[in-house]
Amino acid sequence: MSADPKPLIAVEGLCKVWPNGGEALRDITLDLPSAPQFLSLVGPSGCGKSTLLRLIAGLERPTRGTISWPAAAAPAIGYVFQEPTLMPWATVFDNVYLPFKIAGVSRRAARDAIMEALRGVHLEDAAGRYPRELSGGMKMRVSVARALAPRPKILLMDEPFAALDEITRLKLNNDLLALWEALSMTVIFVTHSVFESVYLSNRIIVMAARPGRIAADLAIEAPYPRDEAFRASALYTDACVQVSAALKQAMGEAP
Amino acid sequence: MRRMVEAAAPYLFGLAALAAWEIAVRLTHTPPFILPGPLAVGAALVQDFPRLFPALVFTVGVTVSAFLASASLGLLLALIMTSSRWMERSLFPYAVILQVTPVVAIAPLIIIWVKDTRLSLLICAWLVAFFPVVSNASVGLRSADPNLVSLFKLYGASPLQAMVWLRLPSAAPFYLAGLRIAGGLSLIGAVVAEFVAGSGGDRSGLAALILEAGYRLNMPRMFAALLLISIVGVLMYALLARLTALVLRNWAPTK
Repeated sequence: MSADPKPLIAVEGLCKVWPNGGEALRDITLDLPSAPQFLSLVGPSGCGKSTLLRLIAGLERPTRGTISWPAAAAPAIGYVFQEPTLMPWATVFDNVYLPFKIAGVSRRAARDAIMEALRGVHLEDAAGRYPRELSGGMKMRVSVARALAPRPKILLMDEPFAALDEITRLKLNNDLLALWEALSMTVIFVTHSVFESVYLSNRIIVMAARPGRIAADLAIEAPYPRDEAFRASALYTDACVQVSAALKQAMGEAP
Repeated sequence: MRRMVEAAAPYLFGLAALAAWEIAVRLTHTPPFILPGPLAVGAALVQDFPRLFPALVFTVGVTVSAFLASASLGLLLALIMTSSRWMERSLFPYAVILQVTPVVAIAPLIIIWVKDTRLSLLICAWLVAFFPVVSNASVGLRSADPNLVSLFKLYGASPLQAMVWLRLPSAAPFYLAGLRIAGGLSLIGAVVAEFVAGSGGDRSGLAALILEAGYRLNMPRMFAALLLISIVGVLMYALLARLTALVLRNWAPTK
């Protein structure tokens, strides 16, 4: 990966120590190529997956080490949290409008981008509704639409579908893959689930806990588009076994 | 049918209690200067209306002004206190001191210092009512979803944008709960202050009228004034509950 002359993100010797002395991340070094990648971060609780995501987003400052953007200075970032994180007082449209509103773009000028993002998550008919009227899966879709509407170069997702039921999660996984292929962006996807990570990603980073560090960096070679048939393929099963083994090893290493 | 009975139950109970009261007063020949029957109170309400109405207007005027002052200054103070830890540390203890000092104890001072009776009463009522607004609004301004705070930061929102589009709306349910308490307290503050001020001049309110009626053993008039005070309190509460429901109609039922 480091052969890429101009990676999208270059993470160098990143460390994060909390004020209470807890070591969240130790010496993370990682390059993301400028070509769109679907990267999953898998690891046990407390391995610093979410912290790494927040550092990349600039929401936390590293204790040591650097995060740089060699390919293009500070590209637009989208962020999806584990909870839908919608404003209950605003309609679906106004929730998706938020990034534009902060940037000073008028509702009129943002309208097409918002409606396109809502179409992308199959919620174009719900633009006028309020979050309380939506199901958990629909709220999550709004959250994804809000992150995608400004067309980010990189989308950070922190266990976005963990709280959803299995059927909704599988559906959203497929929708997310379709959007990723259509929009040519890099996704960094934090998940607990080996199966979810293998189904979605072309690269999986397995992390170990206490302190959080990279235990394995695996490529998933299966081609896109992927569909339910992929789940039955030998490639999928092999990859799951490989990732599970790496995860087991990473957890065994933890003291 | 059952639902109708249920809806009518409180009215029926009220009527029955009034009837029992009237009957008891008549059977025991209780003199009206000890306890007037409801019919005598009703008669006083009608007969004394020319005296009661200006008093009502006066008390409502003080109550509503004190409430509006609490609502606006309380929010302003909460905004100042939540803007910095230093401000909160400096101001909050004094807000607490003002709150825990019984208004009856400060009222004589204020009434001596402030020449205008109306203004002195307003200050007393404000002192009683503003604290729940300040403390609720402060909690509310800090209650914004931390993920939404992160999102505002990610999109580079200014402090003012975060205040207007995130912190103020997040505070609304708390602020409105504070207003509901402040509504009742404004009335209590106004009435207590009037009692302390005594019946002064022609610009006096319902509490002053109660005092005066008490000196003259005019119990029906006293009850009539008392009834009006209760009605004002109930109306304040009902109006504020209505306002809350209106503002929060799009909020999720919980949270």
